[in-house]
Amino acid sequence: MKKVTIILVIFILILTACKPVDVNTLAPVYETGVDPESWALIPAGYFYSGQFNLQTKIDYDYEMMVTHVTNQQFAKYLNEALKDGYIKIEGNQIVGYYPGDEFHGGRHEEEIPAGNYIHIPIDDLMLRLIYDGQNFSAKPVWANHPMTMVSWFGAKAYCEYYDWRLPSELEWEKAARGSEDTRPFPWGETIERNNANLINSRDPFEDMKSLGSRTTPVGFYNGKTYDGYVTLNSPSPFGVFDMAGNVWEWTANVYEEQHYRYLRGGSKDVYENYLRIWVRNSSIPTYTSPGFGFRCVK
Amino acid sequence: MLAFKTRFNYLFTSTKGLILVAIALCALISAFFGSLSGPMADLGVKEVIVKTFGIDLVEAEREGRLIILYHTIAMAVIAIETYMITELVAMKENQRVQINSTITFGYLAAIIGGLPFAYWGTSWIMHGIYIAGLTLIFFAGCLLAYALWPWRKEYKVKNLAYSHSKSGYDLERVAFFSVSIVTLASALFGAIPGSFYGNGFFTFLAENVVREPIKTTLQKSIIGHLHIMLALIAIACALIICRYMDFKGILHKIAMPLFIVGSIVLSMGTWLVVPFEGIAHAIIYGGSTVAMLGALLLVIYSWDKLIKEGLAEKGKKKGNFFQGVAALVRDPLKFGVTWQMVFMNFTVSGVGIFVAVKLDEIFRYWPFMDEKLILTGHWHILATLTATILLLYYADFAGLKGKARQWFGWSVIIFSDLAFGAVTVYEMKRLFVDEAFQQPVVNITTLLGDIGLVVVLVALAALMVWRLIDLFKKNGRWSEEVHEKLESYVEEN
Repeated sequence: MKKVTIILVIFILILTACKPVDVNTLAPVYETGVDPESWALIPAGYFYSGQFNLQTKIDYDYEMMVTHVTNQQFAKYLNEALKDGYIKIEGNQIVGYYPGDEFHGGRHEEEIPAGNYIHIPIDDLMLRLIYDGQNFSAKPVWANHPMTMVSWFGAKAYCEYYDWRLPSELEWEKAARGSEDTRPFPWGETIERNNANLINSRDPFEDMKSLGSRTTPVGFYNGKTYDGYVTLNSPSPFGVFDMAGNVWEWTANVYEEQHYRYLRGGSKDVYENYLRIWVRNSSIPTYTSPGFGFRCVK
Repeated sequence: MLAFKTRFNYLFTSTKGLILVAIALCALISAFFGSLSGPMADLGVKEVIVKTFGIDLVEAEREGRLIILYHTIAMAVIAIETYMITELVAMKENQRVQINSTITFGYLAAIIGGLPFAYWGTSWIMHGIYIAGLTLIFFAGCLLAYALWPWRKEYKVKNLAYSHSKSGYDLERVAFFSVSIVTLASALFGAIPGSFYGNGFFTFLAENVVREPIKTTLQKSIIGHLHIMLALIAIACALIICRYMDFKGILHKIAMPLFIVGSIVLSMGTWLVVPFEGIAHAIIYGGSTVAMLGALLLVIYSWDKLIKEGLAEKGKKKGNFFQGVAALVRDPLKFGVTWQMVFMNFTVSGVGIFVAVKLDEIFRYWPFMDEKLILTGHWHILATLTATILLLYYADFAGLKGKARQWFGWSVIIFSDLAFGAVTVYEMKRLFVDEAFQQPVVNITTLLGDIGLVVVLVALAALMVWRLIDLFKKNGRWSEEVHEKLESYVEEN
């Protein structure tokens, strides 16, 4: 009898862990008060880069978006860029032209020749946009969340459409760390659950029983309280939000002998150690993920 | 005082006592530091542990901390294997004592110096003790290699059923010797580049640099070092099990040269990663295949032996399939040591080969974080399965009998396999589920993984508590074990 009870308990535990995923499950809507159209100035000068604090200089000022590009912003861009012929719909994808990379024949390197490459998959259930055959719009609940399911080509094209660009890895790192110290997180030395959107952070958008971790609105971790959920104000020293967690951010660099593109900042799906400023993720540039987003610099 | 002295003598001078101490320390280190990550961190245990024990977790030093933690656990495991080898392979008593005492001081110093250095502030005195510990272990390895020197007349085989050269030299001894030599060289392969290029400060985890198209000499040598050290610990473990199962006969004669050639070729392949990365992989595949063939022959011999013995116990010479299986699994400890080797093929070797073959076609299309999961899971499973094999062997010579033997043995086998099977599915999940729909798979696999690991740790804790209670008894098992040899558990010699 005891054995049967133990087996039953284990079986029930397994069954309760097995709820199907409904990706259209609604999420709460919160206004964070952080303007996604705003930019932060990153002044020229030295900062400490990497895990081993290499003193590094960026000898020009630049500005970085205070938040990730949102679904709403991206929908607006799609409508404008489609009208202009800057991008086009091909099958079930938005695609755009890329002039290609120089191929060096490196180990595991894959050639990226000139051609049209995917920007977003239109029919993917995780795309937080609606396409009515004419226009794109953001799904209302997700309008102020980071634009995800966008490839490196799509992120780059967005920035360049407005004469901006993707940040280089170093530009990204300086914006996240500031120029004063060697902090591992944009806000300081230690991390709490309510500093950023990471796995098991228990934010109002997370449902680890079925959905897993989901994005939070841009600028969510600004010290406000949302329906009782208290956030810590967590901008970087230059006032840039969400530089750790929420979504990995595409960066601009194209390196010799490899076709991978690098992402920074960690995401909703990873543990705290991946949110440290110097940690890198990488992917092929055509990959789209509900955990990948971007922001631009100018 | 006498009571303390006799127990101290047991724990630090007898082979079984030394192995017990090392296993207990491994268990304590794993339990304590395991609470700083994974589900224990999610449950808030990490926070309590960090505050209670004043642990200093500097974020930039995380990789360094982990490297020292892995090394301290690995040193204890290497000490356990060394204690077993010095008992199971013939050598002079003074050599055995010298090797065991040197390695005991070594791994204890590595733990006592390394863990405080890594987790309780950067005290360079502690780092010095840690390095001194590693050095002593290396020196013990040199003493072991010398003691294992096979070409001495007195170590020629007396029973021709064991693998031997034409002139009668013991090839099993040659296998132990060659593994010890290539292990020493492979240890240097990590230590020297680590000191020369990084001076110990530029720490990194090998799995974090796999996609770098042009790897530095330091990166290549560290990747080679960790692969070969784990592989050699596993091969040494297989050789120990050869002795435990009294492997002999025709399969033994084939297997020993395979182990010798396999371990040497595999090691050379990993050393060649630095100058000739392209060709090195082919050599590594060749060496590992040869060594794995040796292990396969051990499994065949061992299972055949267990079946024959089981049937004989029932008064039968031959039986049908089900009777054969029943005979094979009647003793989980003896079955488990080789079953875990077989299981290793599904969760480690098989996965590793599949990933290597399909790397550009599948795995390099995934984000790096997904690929990294496989790499991390791969070597954690290899290391822990090897540990379960040693643990099952220990449980046998610690005298587990009756129901306790069955419960312990099957708990370790079933639940470790459940855990590592689940982890394998978890790490490969992108093959069959998209990110957006993965949560149920993640939940099931992590739940099964956690259940499996918890049961194995509880079984280990129960074994340790049993041994601890025994130490308080005047005439407990320890008082017999202080004089017992491991050889007494080899049934024929």
